[in-house]
Amino acid sequence: MRHLLGIEGWRRDELEAVLDRARAHLPGGPDATHTLRGKVVANLFFEDSTRTRTSFHMAARGLGAGVLNWSPSGSSTSKGETLLDTARNIEATGPVAIVMRHRSSGAPHLVAKHVRCAVINAGDGTHEHPSQALLDAFTLRQRWGGLDGRTVLIVGDILHSRVARSNLWCLKALGARVVVCGPPTLMPPGLEALGAEVTHNLDAALPQADAVMCLRLQLERMGEAFLPSTKEYSRLFGLTAAREERMKAGALVMHPGPINRGLELAPSVADGERSVILEQVSNGVAVRRAILEVCTS
Amino acid sequence: MSATVLFRRGRVIDPRNGVDGVRDVLVQDGKVAQVSDAPLAVPAGAEVVEADGKWVLPGFIDLHVHLREPGEEGKETVLTGCRAAVAGGFTAVVAMPNTKVVNDSGLVTELVLSRARAANLCHVYPAGAITKGLKGEELAETGELISSGCVAITDDGKPVMNAALMRRALQYATLFGVPVMVHEEDLTLSAGGAMHEGPTSTRLGLRGIPASAEVAMVARDLVLLEETKGRLHIAHVSCEGSVRLIREAKRRGLFVTAEVTPHHLILDDRAVGDYDTHAKMAPPLRADRDVEALREAIVDGTIDAIATDHAPHGVLDKQVEFEKGINGIVGLETALGLTMELVHAGRLDAKRAVELLSHGPAKAFGLPGGHLAPGAPADITVVDPSEEWTVDAHRFYSRSRNTPFHGRKQKGRVVQTWVSGRKVYADGQVKESR
Ligand SMILES: [Zn+2]
Repeated sequence: MRHLLGIEGWRRDELEAVLDRARAHLPGGPDATHTLRGKVVANLFFEDSTRTRTSFHMAARGLGAGVLNWSPSGSSTSKGETLLDTARNIEATGPVAIVMRHRSSGAPHLVAKHVRCAVINAGDGTHEHPSQALLDAFTLRQRWGGLDGRTVLIVGDILHSRVARSNLWCLKALGARVVVCGPPTLMPPGLEALGAEVTHNLDAALPQADAVMCLRLQLERMGEAFLPSTKEYSRLFGLTAAREERMKAGALVMHPGPINRGLELAPSVADGERSVILEQVSNGVAVRRAILEVCTS
Repeated sequence: MSATVLFRRGRVIDPRNGVDGVRDVLVQDGKVAQVSDAPLAVPAGAEVVEADGKWVLPGFIDLHVHLREPGEEGKETVLTGCRAAVAGGFTAVVAMPNTKVVNDSGLVTELVLSRARAANLCHVYPAGAITKGLKGEELAETGELISSGCVAITDDGKPVMNAALMRRALQYATLFGVPVMVHEEDLTLSAGGAMHEGPTSTRLGLRGIPASAEVAMVARDLVLLEETKGRLHIAHVSCEGSVRLIREAKRRGLFVTAEVTPHHLILDDRAVGDYDTHAKMAPPLRADRDVEALREAIVDGTIDAIATDHAPHGVLDKQVEFEKGINGIVGLETALGLTMELVHAGRLDAKRAVELLSHGPAKAFGLPGGHLAPGAPADITVVDPSEEWTVDAHRFYSRSRNTPFHGRKQKGRVVQTWVSGRKVYADGQVKESR
């Protein structure tokens, strides 16, 4: 039994084992094995995310597990219960895994130090979103066979993106080159030390990319003046139809969702031939089944 | 009480008086009576401390301690803080005013002093607030604070963001000749930050606090200092940029002093590891380059004192999400061991180390003690430089255990502490006198 707190630190063969296993869970694959029959998986979502929670829920049900859904509304957190109190109470109900989303970076690490069951990070603050990175890698592997020698361009708000960090580690570990692009105000320092190439010029970077991953612009952060306006962002960093023209033949477009249509991504591009956005969503359940199996076996 | 004590054949290191060698030290009536190369005869009734192989030092003075009383006695009290101080070799501490009832009036100052008298262990020098309630809006009554016994004014824990107010504080304090001690942090630059901004904060996805949050304020205050001809003491310097500015200001003759904590000399931001709240402090642990700059600055005299910023907190303040964790660590009982790491590594000579812990802070704040010439108060710390031990937070005298150094191996330990000629700590025990 092990935790999935982040992709950082996982070896290539370990990541590949999860991805290989996920293939067996695709629709039409060998019938579900119900490896978690009679077990309980706890979904502990301090921050709402319908997509990710539903996806983990379906994954756990598909493996035969019962799902305990917990969210903070109207519960004891408002009465001053600490994160650890909550986690220990959940643990007392005997789950094999706690799937956890939290607005603070590192919150799952704290819980993992104090509980015995597996802790699976479903997104922590601006740190990691490992299951998203695995399903992105899975989607690319499906298209390409492997990631060696490929270039993935991640565009947008890198500073606040847990998807960007997890993907950086995941894609690098699987042999890809990762270029990140965005305005300097949304680019944290030291990305090169983590293995990324950094650029602020989307037009120059675009023709090199085998896949472009557009990140969601978090409009709620506009008040902090990271950007002058969404219009200017779109002009400099939006994947417009005109920019799509300049992409490599066969290059793919990705987005972790939900999309601000017309802002990060033109609707025609989001729904166009290059887009694998819906495949990302449908692969999510298979990958999360594999994650649950690996972490609880 | 007015015992006669003879410290025999210890290595006396007294930087102010240029002493470093084997000496006998005779103490009478709470003062140093004689320091001699030649062995002294044992006076009748004298207690003899055989200090062969030990260092006999001027008592350590900590310019930056949070005693938490009044208001947060569950974390520390003046009494428990004084116990921790003497166990760490400190014979005097400066108590920060950010208690829960801020020390911005003579009443609170007197309360702290009366608790210190009752504890009767080490000297406690309160620092008063610069502004009422530490709100940064109006000056506190500096004159009343000083006449009640404060030795400095500071809003420590917070910066004085209003530059005009800071300018007036420096001007006004010149009436009393006391240092204005500053916590340098531009809150607009540090807002929301949980650790130093750099590759580690990027890796962990934590909002970073850039070095400029400190350096910009150091620059501002040095400009104000030059205009006001005041006296500025910069607390817990953490980064290279600040060191450079302070060095240059001293070269130009400004009346600025500065301190650094042992943890900023020993740890860098990587100590945060996987969100260890014991490595969370303000200012944050910085990059290794900053640590290097601080180490150079203690050697070349840019930094005047090692001060612990002893900041006791409860377990529940630390066993939380990193962003929610309260800043600060306890420091009194680990300061000497950590300083000795630099001595053993050849980064700091013993004499300078002792100066940073005794004469340096005494001089910065104009406090008694910090040296061992005849007539000086018999505040003495005896150190075994080669004793190996392991930090055990559960055995701290402090009421709190928040330290990142639990389990760390140390070489060099405080074996005895004497205050005004009275033994207050020896054999691992604090000696209460009432
Ligand atoms: Zn402090």
